[in-house]
Amino acid sequence: MSMSEPLLELNDVSVSFDGFYALTDLSLKLYKGELKSIIGPNGAGKTTFLDVITGKVRPTKGTVTFKGKSLLGVSEQKISRDGIGRKFQTPRVFENLTVLRNLELSASPEKNAFSLLGSGLPQSSKDEVHRIMNYVGLTPFATVKAGSLSHGQKQWLAIASLVAQAPEVLLLDEPVAGLTDEETLRTAELIKSLAGDHTVVVIEHDMEFIRDLGFDVTVLHQGQVLTEGPLEKVKSDPRVIEVYLGPPEQ
Amino acid sequence: MKLFQRLVPWILLAIALFILPAALDDFRLNLFGRYFALAITALAIDLIWGYTGLLSLGQGIFFSLGGYAVAMYLMLNTKSLAGGNGIPKFFENYGVEQLPFFWQPFWSPVFTLIAIWAIPAVVAGVVGWLIFRNRIKGVYFSIITQAALMVFFHFFNGQQKLFDGTNGLKTSTSELFGELVGSPDMQAWFYRLTVVLLPLTFLVCRYFTSGRFGDALIAIRDDESRLRFAGFNPVPFKTIVFLVAGALCGISGALYTVQSGIVSPQYMSISFSIEMVIWVAVGGRGTLVGPIIGATVVNYLRSLVSEALPEAWLFVQGALFIFVVVLMPDGIYGWITKGGFRTFLAAFGIAKKAKTYPQLDKEAIPVD
Repeated sequence: MSMSEPLLELNDVSVSFDGFYALTDLSLKLYKGELKSIIGPNGAGKTTFLDVITGKVRPTKGTVTFKGKSLLGVSEQKISRDGIGRKFQTPRVFENLTVLRNLELSASPEKNAFSLLGSGLPQSSKDEVHRIMNYVGLTPFATVKAGSLSHGQKQWLAIASLVAQAPEVLLLDEPVAGLTDEETLRTAELIKSLAGDHTVVVIEHDMEFIRDLGFDVTVLHQGQVLTEGPLEKVKSDPRVIEVYLGPPEQ
Repeated sequence: MKLFQRLVPWILLAIALFILPAALDDFRLNLFGRYFALAITALAIDLIWGYTGLLSLGQGIFFSLGGYAVAMYLMLNTKSLAGGNGIPKFFENYGVEQLPFFWQPFWSPVFTLIAIWAIPAVVAGVVGWLIFRNRIKGVYFSIITQAALMVFFHFFNGQQKLFDGTNGLKTSTSELFGELVGSPDMQAWFYRLTVVLLPLTFLVCRYFTSGRFGDALIAIRDDESRLRFAGFNPVPFKTIVFLVAGALCGISGALYTVQSGIVSPQYMSISFSIEMVIWVAVGGRGTLVGPIIGATVVNYLRSLVSEALPEAWLFVQGALFIFVVVLMPDGIYGWITKGGFRTFLAAFGIAKKAKTYPQLDKEAIPVD
């Protein structure tokens, strides 16, 4: 695959729920190693955008390709195994499994039911799990059930599970929602550390956080790309200001 | 204390194998044999409901299939039960002269021993796979299993010419190894067989619920679609446990049939399959000890209440279920292991209270 070919490409994608369009002719390209933040007011179609990529929602129109292959009609688990991982808006962790077991399940290189019955986790995966767990500071909570973690810890566990899954593309839906300032800062560090090996898309409302990340920003509005570019440039765009603050008073 | 805990299962097994037979009369021992047979069904339901979140209201199907398999073998191989043309007498009542084709393989003891678990397993596997691959979940799954149960009930109930319909197949008057199946000696052997098979079932369930396979089951129960996004296809996991549970229910049904002396379409009644679920809820779902306690306690209670006040049992059962759901959401076993008596004392202000958040006692939280 040449460098100029996008890793992930959405072309003219529309999603309609009973006549309401969540995405309208959205086209977007993501290149290998690219780091992108997506912002937009409520209802701009940010989460639907992730739903389309991860196979949760099938677009009404348009094409989605990953490494040149169509993702339409491909199951969620297949897309995940192909290398697109997703963290949900609310931190969805397996509450009745311990932190360690949450991570080990995600890190499992075998996803097949029969192979899970037969063998244990390979040592390399175990080491990786401990490295990630240590990095997010959850090692002291390894044997604590995920359900009894604090909200911030759950967010980190959700991100850590995603990293343990070792996807090529990480889609992070509101990774710092409900976190304290300090936790937000640390999350930004964590996400920046993933850069290089991974392609990362972050969806957020928190502008401080977007600035900390320093990724290029794509603004979604009414299911379409409004504008793209560095944060400072995007912020001064009158259309973006209008979308966020309403039309300027005459 | 640790050593004691490790010895507990062996002590219980020894009690069941040696003390109970010595202490109880034939009638009581036979009842306990039935309870333990039902405990196998309870374990199977715990595997699919307690761990995987699949609330099946149709396990009576698989239970009965196992029961009918063993009963058909016993009917065929008992000369005293045979009519003029060498097939079970009841066929004469309906003018059936030739043995239905699907009875033929049940002449064979080897086939029967396999059929007891394999037929329910295949039925469960096929039905389960069709349901799960279409992503039917939750209450819809429960409704479908109950509907399937009704189909099976009406089929077995209505087909006098095939299964003697509503009368069922009586095994107590049949013979095995030249001895009456209903005789005390034979029943004692079935009791021992049940006591050996129950712990084996426990081990089977533990095999499936431990390790990452078991973690995946819990993940399916708690958030199935999230598991898909982690790259796992839940369908094979669910199909495997539903199939295993079907096989275990078949074994349970066969053991219950030979000890109760009959298999009839009543084993496929809606209420019986719901009772199976109640045993698990009362004992404690999501644990492997709970269902055994639940099945034994509820059915023992049922015997006691039915002997004293035959009409009262259903009220007692209903009250017990409400009591457990409201006051012991984790069942008897969960109540004992999670503080149990202490929470009672705490309610009266007698128990000692924990000083800190339990986690803080165990490990220091790093400050950075």
